[in-house]
Amino acid sequence: MPLRVKAPRPLLPTEPISPPATKHRERSIWMAEGENKGLVLLDFWVSPFGQRCRIALAEKGVEYEYREENLRDKSPLLLKSNPVHKKIPVLIDHGRPVCESLNIVQYIDEKWPDRAPLLPADSYARAQARFWADLVDKKMYESGTKLWKLKGEAQEEAKKEFIEILKLLEGELGDKKYFGGDTFGLVDIALVPFTAWFYSYEACANLSAEKEAPKLVPWVKRCRERESVSKSLPDPLKVYEFVCFLKKVYGIE
Amino acid sequence: MAAAAGEVRLIGGWPSPFVLRARVALNLKGVEYEFLQEKFGEKSELLLRSNPVYKKVPVLLHHDKPVCESMIIVEYVDAAWAKSGQAILPADPYERALHRFWAVYIDDKWFPSMFGIAKAQTEEAKAESVEQAWAALKLLEEAFEKLSKGKAFFGGGTIGYVDIALGAYLGWAKVIEQMAGLKLFDEEKTPLLAVWAERFCAHEAVKEVMPETEKLMEFAKMLRGK
Repeated sequence: MPLRVKAPRPLLPTEPISPPATKHRERSIWMAEGENKGLVLLDFWVSPFGQRCRIALAEKGVEYEYREENLRDKSPLLLKSNPVHKKIPVLIDHGRPVCESLNIVQYIDEKWPDRAPLLPADSYARAQARFWADLVDKKMYESGTKLWKLKGEAQEEAKKEFIEILKLLEGELGDKKYFGGDTFGLVDIALVPFTAWFYSYEACANLSAEKEAPKLVPWVKRCRERESVSKSLPDPLKVYEFVCFLKKVYGIE
Repeated sequence: MAAAAGEVRLIGGWPSPFVLRARVALNLKGVEYEFLQEKFGEKSELLLRSNPVYKKVPVLLHHDKPVCESMIIVEYVDAAWAKSGQAILPADPYERALHRFWAVYIDDKWFPSMFGIAKAQTEEAKAESVEQAWAALKLLEEAFEKLSKGKAFFGGGTIGYVDIALGAYLGWAKVIEQMAGLKLFDEEKTPLLAVWAERFCAHEAVKEVMPETEKLMEFAKMLRGK
């Protein structure tokens, strides 16, 4: 009789979620024909860092295989491809891994320079884009996480911090269509996945990003109208379910 | 390549490894620039105006337009003076991704452990930081082997992006080695990097701007005294 091993509990809500992979495998109009099939993205559905890569690949119309990782039981491929950090996302291009989401996005942009540029042509504008994308990296995830992990005084502090970041970003966006101007690009890609967490921040910390940074609202809407974004971002309610699940795991009320 | 007066200015402080990165990049490209030394303990109005977000050095002012964050400055210098000197980042997208990955690793993992040695309050904490720093250097030794392809630098025949990222810390690494009584860039543990470190410091784009160990030691003592 075969030995039945209980599969480790994945970090997913209990009901099945339509994985983004199926959306990307559809031959929709934004997919280029005959693209190399040697691309694999190791990812985790709720990860804003993974979503950045999905958006970038979709913008370029590049076909790839999406592989969902169980972060409690990381695949040998993930461990081999990112031995230093053992984290997703990893983009494996014909066996060669690229790690770190903003790195991956820039790699995608440089590898397919003939379409949908994600960084501006001007070197000064590029430096600005990198600066703001880096700021999103440094600030959003940590600050956002504090909003649902902490309570009381600590949470209030975290809220102040988060609002400051939002206002900073709002100021940088100004009246522009996207952070880079008329073209959707690196900074938009860096930031937009976190907007799927706004619902959770409101539910957990009573912080309405829309109220605190109203100028970001039309930008969010504009980004979500792009197929690359709408197909890559999770349902905010599913994100909230995941946050609630994590809170149980961490023993937070 | 001479720049017009005032065209390129760098706001910085001589002890900062981050400022050193910008200086090495500018030197590699032969760019003439005005170095605006910040007064220690005081931030100039120009700095606060040019980097309102972080209020930190280095800030490169090119035609008065600010570029902030050391490795972003390095990449900017590489692109803005693409026709001068050698390329700092490789041309191939995959190699660029590798250089960027290791530069982030150096800042996120190696620097804190190196700094941890200096900050450690107990022998235990110090030993832990030392182990972490050595472990990180082992990884960087492997990265060096892979990226250098048998040549002198991470960038191959010339100083590249990762060389600048890591090399900028060498002055302070020597200070920490002296203060802690150990070798970070150990010939036995990381032979390639030990040789690379000497080579980097001796390079003409570096040697004039790398702060002297004695001066850094004095500066460190002064900081501790504060």
